[in-house]
Amino acid sequence: MKYIDEFQDPELARRLLDDIHATVTRPWALMEVCGGQTHSIIRHGIDQLLPKQLELIHGPGCPVCVTPLEVIDKALEIASRPEVIFCSFGDMLRVPGTGRDLFQVRSEGGDVRVVYSPLDALRIARQNPDRQVVFFGIGFETTAPPNAMTVHQARKLGIANFSMLVSHVRVPPAIEAIMSSPSCRVQGFLAAGHVCSVMGMGEYPGLAERFRVPIVVTGFEPLDILEGVRRAVRQLERGEHTVDNAYARAVRPEGNPAARAMLEDVFEVTDRAWRGIGVIPGSGWRLSSKYRDHDAEHRFQVDGIRTEEPAACRSGEVLQGLLKPHECEAFGTVCTPRTPLGATMVSSEGACAAYYLYRRLDMPAAKAREATPVV
Amino acid sequence: MCLAVPGKVLDIEERDGTRMATVDFGGVVKEVCLEYLPDLRVGEYAIVHVGFALQRLDEESARQTLELFAELGLLQEEFGDPWETAAMEAAEDAVEEVRK
Repeated sequence: MKYIDEFQDPELARRLLDDIHATVTRPWALMEVCGGQTHSIIRHGIDQLLPKQLELIHGPGCPVCVTPLEVIDKALEIASRPEVIFCSFGDMLRVPGTGRDLFQVRSEGGDVRVVYSPLDALRIARQNPDRQVVFFGIGFETTAPPNAMTVHQARKLGIANFSMLVSHVRVPPAIEAIMSSPSCRVQGFLAAGHVCSVMGMGEYPGLAERFRVPIVVTGFEPLDILEGVRRAVRQLERGEHTVDNAYARAVRPEGNPAARAMLEDVFEVTDRAWRGIGVIPGSGWRLSSKYRDHDAEHRFQVDGIRTEEPAACRSGEVLQGLLKPHECEAFGTVCTPRTPLGATMVSSEGACAAYYLYRRLDMPAAKAREATPVV
Repeated sequence: MCLAVPGKVLDIEERDGTRMATVDFGGVVKEVCLEYLPDLRVGEYAIVHVGFALQRLDEESARQTLELFAELGLLQEEFGDPWETAAMEAAEDAVEEVRK
């Protein structure tokens, strides 16, 4: 257990681990939904400290990874227009669309700007009334409320040159899609803590009951993750399947009611394609008709863009927990964070990037096979 | 981007009818919108995501999480300048090419 010293409280980590080892009597597979949790797990080697029978499967919880190619292409098209200032969070810059990314659009003369907050984009719009300012609104339930508030403010303040390209996604329908797949191996979930800080836990009891899976709301620190795992395996061993909150310091059962009210006002639920996975019914948000004036898709008429995902990248299987990053033949060879084939390697929150950053000594599958003597 | 970082409220003011705060994230100071946590006070901690306070947090939890994020290099990623990072990476790649 060489990683144990890195935990903030090694003694508590040891006790949690001992309890998990004493509890697990059969093979179980848990999925952590959030990319931040995946990074913490891989960085601290938590998966290697757990009983061998207990597998952690990495879920689709990285907004950059799941944004579909079609939306990236719409962003590239809008960002290329001379009248547009295109604002985005920094981690979308390298995500490849068909043939190029936002970095390239900027090098070709596009006015692409990185902002920390959507409100920064709104400020840019006020400062540049003769330009069209477009914000790239992607992300899960944690990012959607800030983006919703920004559109609300634009309307309230009459900032007509501000619009948003919206591609928000929702976690519960993704859990439903994963559990409904015939190849699904997941028996329990570590739910994403900060998503629940906003949304609360009300959407989960129905899923836990329907699919008979424990769902434990979990934070991001190593001790949070160990506690989430401990509670989930206890339920599994007892044959229980309830919703539990292991991140109570940041998650109230009702979430943040003001944020949820704003989401309902500004957005409406829609079907959404997930990169590498396909369309999941009811899994996204779009601007409601009341805010249509601030919808960049409507303003720039990019509805017609349709694209096909390239087959070379297997990130869709990684996002569904069907393939571990290092089992992909391209991992660490043709596909690295600087030369990414797909979004799970591009995004710093992606599972492939986590394996590359923290386990770069792991041999890619192809090399491992070459190194294995044929008997 | 999906990361929500704990920060301490230093100062609060109304701007354009919106409640805004100055928040300290372990040394990095940013403007934060308090519309979703309107009763947050100076000196309190909250989880902040893309410039919005989303949920209250106690000081000890906030401090531990900030230390972890700093150790993982996630604060630089959240608050750093991606153009600068890209330029540095390009320079490193060029040095690597020359070495080859």
